[in-house]
Formats: sequence, C-alpha cells, structure tokens
Amino acid sequence: MTSTATTGTVGHEKLTMAQALNRALRESMAEDDSVVVFGEDVGALGGVFRITDGLTAEFGDTRCFDTPLAESGIVGMAVGMAMNGMRPVVEMQFDAFAYPAFEQITSHVAKMRNRTRSKVSLPMVIRIPYAGGIGGVEHHCDSSEAYYAHTPGLHVVTPANAADAHRLLRAAIASPDPVVFMEPKKLYWTKEEVDLGAELPGIGRAMVRREGTDATLIAYGPSVPVALEAAEVAAQEGRSLQVVDLRSIVPFDDETVCAAVRSTGRAVVVAEAPGFASVASEIVARVTERCFHSLAAPVRRAVGFDIPFPSPKLEHVQLPGVDRVLDAVDDLQWDLS
Amino acid sequence: MTRDLDLLLPSPHPVELIDPTGQTVAEAAHELPDDAALLRAFAGLTTARRINDQAGALARQGRLAVYPSSHGQEACQVAAAQVLTDDDWLFPTYRDTAAVVIRGVDVAEAFLPLQGAWHSGYDPHRYKVAPQATPLATQLLHAVGVAHAARLRGEPTVALALCGDGATSEGDFHEALNFAAVFRAPVVFLVQNNQYAISVPLARQSVAPSLAHKGIGYGVPGERVDGNDVAALLTVLGTAMARARAGEGPQLVEAHTYRMQPHTNADDSRRYRQDDEVAGWVQRDPLTRLETWLRQHDLLDDAQLAAVTADADQLAARMRTELARDATPEPAELFAHVYATPTPQLVEQAAVVADELSREDEH
Ligand SMILES: Cc1ncc(C[n+]2csc(CCOP(=O)(O)OP(=O)(O)O)c2C)c(N)n1
Ligand SMILES: [Mg+2]
Repeated sequence: MTSTATTGTVGHEKLTMAQALNRALRESMAEDDSVVVFGEDVGALGGVFRITDGLTAEFGDTRCFDTPLAESGIVGMAVGMAMNGMRPVVEMQFDAFAYPAFEQITSHVAKMRNRTRSKVSLPMVIRIPYAGGIGGVEHHCDSSEAYYAHTPGLHVVTPANAADAHRLLRAAIASPDPVVFMEPKKLYWTKEEVDLGAELPGIGRAMVRREGTDATLIAYGPSVPVALEAAEVAAQEGRSLQVVDLRSIVPFDDETVCAAVRSTGRAVVVAEAPGFASVASEIVARVTERCFHSLAAPVRRAVGFDIPFPSPKLEHVQLPGVDRVLDAVDDLQWDLS
Repeated sequence: MTRDLDLLLPSPHPVELIDPTGQTVAEAAHELPDDAALLRAFAGLTTARRINDQAGALARQGRLAVYPSSHGQEACQVAAAQVLTDDDWLFPTYRDTAAVVIRGVDVAEAFLPLQGAWHSGYDPHRYKVAPQATPLATQLLHAVGVAHAARLRGEPTVALALCGDGATSEGDFHEALNFAAVFRAPVVFLVQNNQYAISVPLARQSVAPSLAHKGIGYGVPGERVDGNDVAALLTVLGTAMARARAGEGPQLVEAHTYRMQPHTNADDSRRYRQDDEVAGWVQRDPLTRLETWLRQHDLLDDAQLAAVTADADQLAARMRTELARDATPEPAELFAHVYATPTPQLVEQAAVVADELSREDEH
C-alpha cells in the first residue's frame, strides 16, 4: 500500500481540497472505465460541495449520475456493482446522512471479503464529508469516523490537505478493499500550493507535519490545522511540539506514530469527535501499550465532549481549539522531568 | 385485511376545486370548504408567504444560519396546520416552519434552530408538533408510533406527517406506510411533491404513475391533489383526517406543488433548472388563486385584505425583533440534556468548559 501512484499531473498549482478531490476523480475515471461515481446531487449540481463538478458533462451520465434519494440503496447498489467488475465511488451527502446506509456498510461492505474467503472483494469508495467547523445545522457536523474504524474490513482514510486529498483518493479508488473516505468539510475551500505529481505515501502511512522535540501532537483530518496552529503558538512560548498527521485511521501506522512519540516522550491526541470510545481512545491505548517506557507522562487527549454536536452558535464550545490543545500539553507533567 | 384496488387508487387527475385562474372547478368530485375555512386559509396563506419572505431576508442578512423556504408551497403549509384539532399531532420537516408557526408555535421558538442556537426551539408536547426533522422520512415512523399509541390509549388523536417527494425514496417512507397500514394507525401522510429534491427532479426519483400510487402496495389509499389549491387540500386532507379518526386507517396524500426558490439560501438552482420553468409556476400561485376566488364571491374586500396584511406585517416585525436577539442557551445546557442525570464524565466535562470559557472571558 505504500507504492506511489503517478498522477500524470506535474508542476505546482494553487488548488483547494475540493478541487484536488475533483481532479482525483477525473483522473481515475479517465484511466479506468470501471470507475463510476454516484449519489445524491452529484450530477448536474456537482454535489453540494461541488466535488463532482463537471464529471457528468465530461464522462456522461452513465459514469457520474444521481440516484433516487436513499443512502442504503446507494451503498447497496455499489456493493453489487463492485461484485460485478465496477469500481463505484459513492458520495454520502453529509456525515449524519450516511446512517441509513449503516447496515449495508457494516454487514456487507465490510464483510464480503471475509464471508467469501476473498473470493469476492469490494473495490469501492464511500466518500463522506464529515466533522464541524462550518457552522452547520444539526446532522451536518458529525464526526462519525469511529463507527467505521471500529468495523473490521473497512479502510478509513482522512486527508488534511489538498495534496493528500488527491493522493489518498486516487489510492482509495485503486484499492482492492472498500475505503471509507472521510473529507473534513471545513478544509474543502482552503487553497494551497500543491504539486500533484509529487510522490506521497499511500494509504496506511502517517506523516510528520512539523518537527518538534518536547511533545508530539497526533491529529487527523480537521484537527491537523488546529494541531499545527497550537505548535506555532507553543513555539512562541518556548515549547517545541511535533505534529503527526495520521492520514489513514485504518490501517493504522503504529510505526510512524510510535517513532514520533518515542522521540519526544510526551503526546497529546487531538480530534473533534467525542472522546469516549473514540479513535482518539484507540490511539492513546496503542501509544501507551507500545511506548510506555519512553513516556514521561500519560498520553492526553484534546477532543470533543461526549455530547451531541451543538448548533452553530455553540459549536466553538465543542471543537478542540488551540487553547484546549495547549491545556492538555500543559498537563504532561513537565515538572517531573 | 385485503382491500378493493379501486378504493386504494388515487383519482386519475389531482383533485382541484379552485383552478389557477381563481374559478370554481365545475363538476368537481369534492365539495368546497365553507367560506369561513377559506377566509381563515387566506389569512394563513398571507402569513405563510410573509414568514417566507421575512425569513429569506433574514437569511440573506446572515441573521439565520440557513433557511429552506416553502415559498410556493404555502397552500400545503396552511392546510396541514388548519386540518388539525388540538388533539392532533404534526410531524414537520425542515421546510415546514410556516406550518409549525400557523399551528401555533411561537415564531421565536420555531426559528431558534434556524438562528443556529439549538436543534429545536419549542416544547413538542405543548403544541403537539414534533421537532422538525432533517434526516429524511425518519419522522414518518414516529408519526405512526404516536398515532398507534393514541389508539391504544383511547385518544382521538390523528398524526399528520409531512415529507417531500425525494423522501419517498428512503426506506423509512415505505416502512412507515406499511406499519401504519398493518396497525391501522390513525395517521395521514402528506407528500409535498415540489418537483425537486435539491437538484434532482422527480423523474429521477420515481417512475411510478404518481407518488400517491405508492400507497397501493401497502394497502394504504392514495389521493393526489393540486398542492397550490388550498381549497382542495383542505377538503382532501380533512377527509383523510376524518377517516383516520373514525378508525378507517392511514391515507397517503400527494400534493403537486413547486419549490419556487432554491433548496435553501445556500443553493444555486440555476445549475439544474431554468428560470422559465420557475416563471411558469407563478401562474399557479396559491395566494392569488384564492384571493381572486374570494373577491369574486364577495368574501374579501380591500379593507379585509388590509387587515389580513397588517396581521402578517405584525408577525414579520416580531420576527425581525425576536430574531435579532441572541437566544443561544448557556453552554452548560449542552451537558444538561444528554441524559436525565448527567453521567459523572459529563459533570467533569461541563466543569472543563466552564473553566475554558472563564479564561476566554479574561482575555
Ligand atoms: C437521510 C438524508 N439524506 C440526505 C439528506 C440531505 N438532504 C436534505 S434535503 C434533501 C432533499 C429532500 O428533497 P425532498 O424530500 O423532495 O424535500 P424538499 O427539500 O424538496 O422539501 C436532501 C438530499 C437528508 N436530510 N437526510
Ligand atoms: Mg422536493
């Protein structure tokens, strides 16, 4: 899974994450006729976030099309199409609107390989815009990654920048296994200088985004920019924080994460999701199990509270910001070292 | 219990009692509602239109997080509220705020979620209005449950459940119809077929002869009605409610209408439909149709119209002042309403938030 896809696009350009995702879909569709994109409003509208913008115009409506409004139907039909030689890439309109598809995802998408002893694999991608930070009303801001990460058989991937969005979506579409591709919607419009031809690690690899020596912040998706900002603030206060971006929740890159934590001896996990029984809990457990003797303090979490995601005017209370991250860093028993 | 197919089939054409030009439809199969009901409906239509206009303006000014307008669908909004007795329950969607207000919910309470302050702003038991539902078609099963419980408890309640054309594709829509039929629950389903689910036109949603025909497979009688003719809606929905109340089981009503505005203020409808299609529906406007009819029958004069308009203006003024206020609950409430008794962890977390916020205030 660590091989690097060649994208055919070389050179630096300014792209948003939304545009980078669109580019990845376009390239995969151009390369491989079996790649089909479908979901709600992905055709003429180009998706409510415009990720599929122009795909129907370019590839025709057998390659990118709107379905009746039923998420279980969308994912269930994708299962069948994947069984019969296609590579469906389906869009769930928002995190909380994927729940009607939960049965298909957990009972079939995740288990087909296992049930059939690898006679049937499901090369399909379920794209889910997720998490908060956009002032969305209820059911539009869930951090639902733990449900999928907890389900054996699903790869769960989440980019935090445009280049990774492109690289990881290309890899997800090429993967022989189903991938739940979680897109942090608050980062869709962030414009970045990217080189889509650059070689980047594929699914299953984390990356160190910022070097640091005092403690390691472990983040993914929407929390990566928060961790980077916290590291910047900490640097001004004389503390050197390293930032690791998971990129892939499943498979989990124990090697990169643990090497990072061992190098600093302290760690904080940053995530938007409620902390209880979460991906953050899993990271803390893994790091503690593997790095216990290198740790100068218990691994802390700066995460969402165990409450339903609040309305726009209260979402700042829920989302871990720089202050909550630095509070957790402050708790890393500095006086004992 | 099996049913005669003819009793389940909708009429060959949508029921219409007042045509788009405001004339009484000759030889209609149903009677017109009485004058008082139509005058009340006219006041309701005026109010609903004003709510849509005012909320649209507030959304543009950034005072609302979002507004899904029911402009063009006001006849459905008004009829849905007007056919209810005090015992009945309404199960609205995100698009049905006008119906919620006309049902009697205070406008400030109704708009709290759209202000971005809390997920629901009113006491559902007080008004017998369920929280407006966003996950499509999910509320329809709740309506069946409320109706079934009412029957078990010997209450005269009928539940009226609303959804859109797109929502009829969701599994929950089909489960709700089947459950309602099997349990003979006193529930009426009103599908506001406004021709679009965001960008997806009805033709992509279903190839059934009509959405009202979807009842047949479940043994639920279906009827279709001109959704911009409030007279027809009042009659058809009123009959369905009476049947349900009399123990004759559920009914499915499809109202043909049109979403005159984008899906919400955040949507760009030019990407998927032509302006002239929208313009065509102006001719079918629910307000002008009833106004013409009332004037022709000497039931409405300029003075009465002015009075109705003044009431609507007053409501709009209240919306402007109420929705300018920040009604956001205290952050502590985020932890108070997760369980009857907050878990020890939530108590701890509430303290963390209080500390975070107090330090923010110091800055
Ligand atoms: C389960 C679910 N999937 C997707 C959505 C996103 N969504 C919100 S409204 C809408 C279109 C609904 O169309 P329709 O039922 O016709 O109602 P209308 O908006 O036209 O009133 C969609 C896809 C949702 N709210 N719930
Ligand atoms: Mg619709």
